[in-house]
Amino acid sequence: MSVALAPATGLTRAGRRIVDVFTSPKSGPVLVTAVLFVLIFVAGGLRYRGFLSGQVFLNLLIDNSYLIVLAIGMSFVIITGGIDLSVGAVVALSTIIAARLLQAGWDPTAVIAIILLVTSTLGLLVGLMIHIFKVQPFIATLAAMFLARGLCYIIAKESISIEHPFFVAMANLRIPLGGQMSVSPSVLIALVVLAIGVWVLQYTRFGRTAYAIGGGEQSGMLMGLPTSRTKVLVYVISGFCSGLAGVLYAFYTLSGYALTAVGTELDAIAAVVIGGTLLTGGYGFVLGSALGVLVLGLIQTIITFEGTLSSWWTKIFIGALLLVFIILQKVLTSRRT
Amino acid sequence: MPDSLSAAAQLPSVAPVVEMNDISITFPGVKALDAVDFRMFPGEVHSLMGENGAGKSTLIKALTGVYSVDSGVIRLGGEQVTFAGPAQAQAAGISTVYQEVNLLGNLTVAENVMLGREPRRFGGIDWRAMRRRAAEILEGLSLDVDPNSLLNSHSLAVQQLVAIARAIDIKAKVLILDEPTSSLDLEEVAELFRVIRSLKESGVAILFVSHFLDQVYEISDRLTVLRNGQLVGEYLTPELLRIDLVQAMIGKELATLDDLENRVHSGDREVAPTEGAKPYLVASGIARKGAIAPVDLVIGAGEVVGLAGLLGSGRTEVARLIGGVDRTDAGQLEVSGHPIKLRTPRQAIKHHIAYSSENRRAEGIVDELSVRDNVILALQADRGWFRPIPRKRQDELAASYIEALNIKTPDADTPVRNLSGGNQQKVLLARWLAIAPRLLILDEPTRGIDVGAKAEIQKLVYSLAENGMSVLFISAELEEVLRLSNRIVVLRDRQKVADLLNDGLGVDDLLALIAEGATEPEPVTGAAS
Repeated sequence: MSVALAPATGLTRAGRRIVDVFTSPKSGPVLVTAVLFVLIFVAGGLRYRGFLSGQVFLNLLIDNSYLIVLAIGMSFVIITGGIDLSVGAVVALSTIIAARLLQAGWDPTAVIAIILLVTSTLGLLVGLMIHIFKVQPFIATLAAMFLARGLCYIIAKESISIEHPFFVAMANLRIPLGGQMSVSPSVLIALVVLAIGVWVLQYTRFGRTAYAIGGGEQSGMLMGLPTSRTKVLVYVISGFCSGLAGVLYAFYTLSGYALTAVGTELDAIAAVVIGGTLLTGGYGFVLGSALGVLVLGLIQTIITFEGTLSSWWTKIFIGALLLVFIILQKVLTSRRT
Repeated sequence: MPDSLSAAAQLPSVAPVVEMNDISITFPGVKALDAVDFRMFPGEVHSLMGENGAGKSTLIKALTGVYSVDSGVIRLGGEQVTFAGPAQAQAAGISTVYQEVNLLGNLTVAENVMLGREPRRFGGIDWRAMRRRAAEILEGLSLDVDPNSLLNSHSLAVQQLVAIARAIDIKAKVLILDEPTSSLDLEEVAELFRVIRSLKESGVAILFVSHFLDQVYEISDRLTVLRNGQLVGEYLTPELLRIDLVQAMIGKELATLDDLENRVHSGDREVAPTEGAKPYLVASGIARKGAIAPVDLVIGAGEVVGLAGLLGSGRTEVARLIGGVDRTDAGQLEVSGHPIKLRTPRQAIKHHIAYSSENRRAEGIVDELSVRDNVILALQADRGWFRPIPRKRQDELAASYIEALNIKTPDADTPVRNLSGGNQQKVLLARWLAIAPRLLILDEPTRGIDVGAKAEIQKLVYSLAENGMSVLFISAELEEVLRLSNRIVVLRDRQKVADLLNDGLGVDDLLALIAEGATEPEPVTGAAS
């Protein structure tokens, strides 16, 4: 009898394990997102000719590389239980700084360095405001958002096109991957940032402290973790990522404009949430956020393939999806407590 | 215990590992510590005793670097130290397990043990080594948990032991355990004591803070008593009689407690309600899926019904159903003979039922608000926000409750967060008394508060019932349930197992029921102890 029972219990144990993983607030939502991504991709492939190809997937990456970078920075912030509303405006600021300085004949490396320095500093100021004056992240980053957007208009009211050969080359260059597939340099940059993001969050004390802050700042502090330093640093990271995303966006659009990337911060937040990061902090993966961006991009692609639908349908689908995910997270976390 | 006596007697020959001299800390309106001296020797278990508000927590937090001292000197191993934060204190070898388990439920058990000291490889955290190390430590504590599981998937007791595992791994010279046993059952306590003893052998100085005198006497070699932020004295445990200890802690005659005992048991009041007494609340078969199996409960007017059972036996769940916090799936509630439906605590209040949660901090007091605002909160809510209570009336109410319940606060404007636990509990009681409930549900009103405040709250419950208020009283302390209740309902594994008249019952009877359950469905009345 025991012989007959053994495989059965082994099976149920494996089954229970799968159930556990899917219902854990840590890994559940991101797995659901992964399943969803595959389902949408396959559904698109069944419905449209030429959808189920490698290049369609790579185009997702090409079109959304800046958003992936933004979402990575945003993940750090949201994992600590914060939020960064300034990222869209900072992207616009970065594009306009780039366009303006290149127009003035600056060297592109210097331009990029300055952009990253400015946006990281802005992130640092936001972080310090949140840490020292105990300003709510929502308010502090809202202030930074208006500040950055305002600065854009001071630099230039009109759209400035970028004609510098380096930026043009970055926009047009395609790195062949064989089989007639190719990616842009921006994709590689985004993937490198993604790898660094995964490593930092998973394998450094800084990253684990970010999770600790999201799980309970007081507890983390009492456990002797450097919570204040970490809390400030995540906003620096978000600022840096916004700057880098701005540069990628400039590569992509070859222009700088004050009104660009309006509402992009909300896309980034949506991607992070759909990617399985809990808005209250403590749970989430950078990889999930990248997956979240791809799901958003995939929905957009489907709308394009459909042809007759207005692009605003993208927003409606994203809204519905967000709602589902937030409810899913609520269910998963409340079940545990 | 000759062992501990000899160990304690030998101690002064070695130098103290911790010396705190002349420590003072002042908070707004409160002198939390007033020129207190404190010392600990290596290889001893030292108990810090005192009522709530005596300054125990403040002293601990001064030692662990959470608070900075206003004046005084802290020496560790003979050298003067100042800690700018818990991280520095930890690095210096002082490790703390706080009363509320301060761990991170969103991370794995292994991380909670190792966080801040993770083994590293190639510049990053070596997860495999970390899990292995954590597994070793947990094994050393005979704790069978998967280091890779999320901490919040475990019970509070396991979390408590994980916190201790963390403290052990720091290789502390000084280990501070603040109320480590409050959520543990007897076996787990024994397990913890085994760990404490082996740590003591290895020369760690252990500060053990607990409200359970039995445990203090069982484990500690030496005692330091604080009262109102001042040092009362340092004693060798075997040389201090319990009665003297309690007296040193509360600084007044124990008459209050004894008097209460006498009044309940001397027969100046009928312990059992008269048969014809009209039941105030009748619950028939109330249940909630996953929380409690169908329960019948009758609470008479002026009757105190005690709910006894272990943590997780369903006692809080029953209270929450009757208090309107959770909705019932089945069954019926009647108040004064009329069937009622409760969906929210607000509706319960309309039926004069007040529920005071066991979770004082999260579901009770509002930290930031003043004592006055906390007291009037429920009354104001009941009146509706468009009929504000005049300021003069608020002041009167607050003043009268501060006096009646002997709430120790500088004034009614002090934020409740600055009060000690026992006084916060009294403020909470005042809030519910202000709405003049007919049925008061008290879920663990005396948990984590000192002997003096406990006696006062018990006395209050008693006199409320004398004046006709019905009380549903929940406490983990069976003595307390026995002392106050006319009738006792015993719960086990989310089921009601007995409904007894408190007539000659003893702790042993209740323990037997809680452990075994009733063998017969009929109530076992008058089981002699």
